[in-house]
Amino acid sequence: MIDEKKAIEASAVMGLLGDLKDRVDALESRLDTEVADIRAQLPAERAAIVLFSGDLDKVLAAFIIATGAATIGLETTVFFTFWGLTVLKRKRVLKGKNLMERMMAVMTPETSRGLDPSKMAYFGAGAAMLRQMMKAKDVTSLEDMIELSRECGVRFVACEMSMDLMGVSQDELRSDADLGGVATFLGEAVNARLALFI
Amino acid sequence: MSEMQADKVLDAQGLKCPMPIVKARRELDALAPGAVLKVIATDKGSVLDFQGWARTNKVAELLGQETERAADGSDRFLHFLRRK
Repeated sequence: MIDEKKAIEASAVMGLLGDLKDRVDALESRLDTEVADIRAQLPAERAAIVLFSGDLDKVLAAFIIATGAATIGLETTVFFTFWGLTVLKRKRVLKGKNLMERMMAVMTPETSRGLDPSKMAYFGAGAAMLRQMMKAKDVTSLEDMIELSRECGVRFVACEMSMDLMGVSQDELRSDADLGGVATFLGEAVNARLALFI
Repeated sequence: MSEMQADKVLDAQGLKCPMPIVKARRELDALAPGAVLKVIATDKGSVLDFQGWARTNKVAELLGQETERAADGSDRFLHFLRRK
C-alpha cells in the first residue's frame, strides 16, 4: 500500500522534472536567439570614414583619425569619393579620356603631393608653407601617414561612380584600393563605432 | 554559365551606384520569401556593394557572386540574392 503510494508520488515528481527540463530547454534556446539578435545590433569594432574632400588639411585630419582608429583596434575603412580620389592617385593618365575628362584630370592634382589646403591656397604657396611647418614641427607628412595607415591595416575603397563621373581610371590609382559603392560604405558604417564624412 | 538557379533576373548592366542595389531592393520586395533574384551588373564596385548591402539589409541574403566574361571581353558580375 505504502509502496504503491510512493511509486505514484515518484512518477508525479518525474513528470514534473520532465516538464521543468522542457521549459528550461525552451528558455535556453529563446535566450540564445535573443542574445544573438542583440549582439547583431551592438556596434562592431569598426570605423568608416568617407573622404570626400581633396583639401590637404582635411585629408591629413582624415588620415590621422583613420590611423588612430586602427591603432585602438577598430577595423577601419576609408572611402574615397569625388575630390578625395586624388589621394589614391599615383599618376595621371590622359590616354583614353574624352575632352571633359582630360580637363578634369589636368585641373585636379596628379597625386596627393599636389593638394592645396582648404584655406590660404595661394596657388600652391599655402601647401608648401603648411608642409614646411609640418616638417619643422615633426608632424608626419601626408604621404608617410597614408603608408602608415595601410601598415596599421586601414582599408581603402574607391567610389566607382565618382571615378566614372570624373573619368578617373583604376590604373591611375594605388593598386591596393578596392572599388565599391554606397552599400560598401553602409555595410561598414551602419554598425560601426565611428562613421565620419570629411 | 551559372550553376545557381534564379526565380527572377534583374538586368542591371550599365547601371551605376546606387542603382543596382536600389533596383534589386524593388525586385526583392515583389518576390515571395525563399525566391532567388539574380542580378547582372557591369559595375565592378557592385561586388563589394552587394556584400555590404547583404550585411545591412533585412529583406535578402547574398547566396553567392560570380564573374562571367562576356563575348566582348568585358566582365559581368552576377549576384544571387534570396528573399527572406
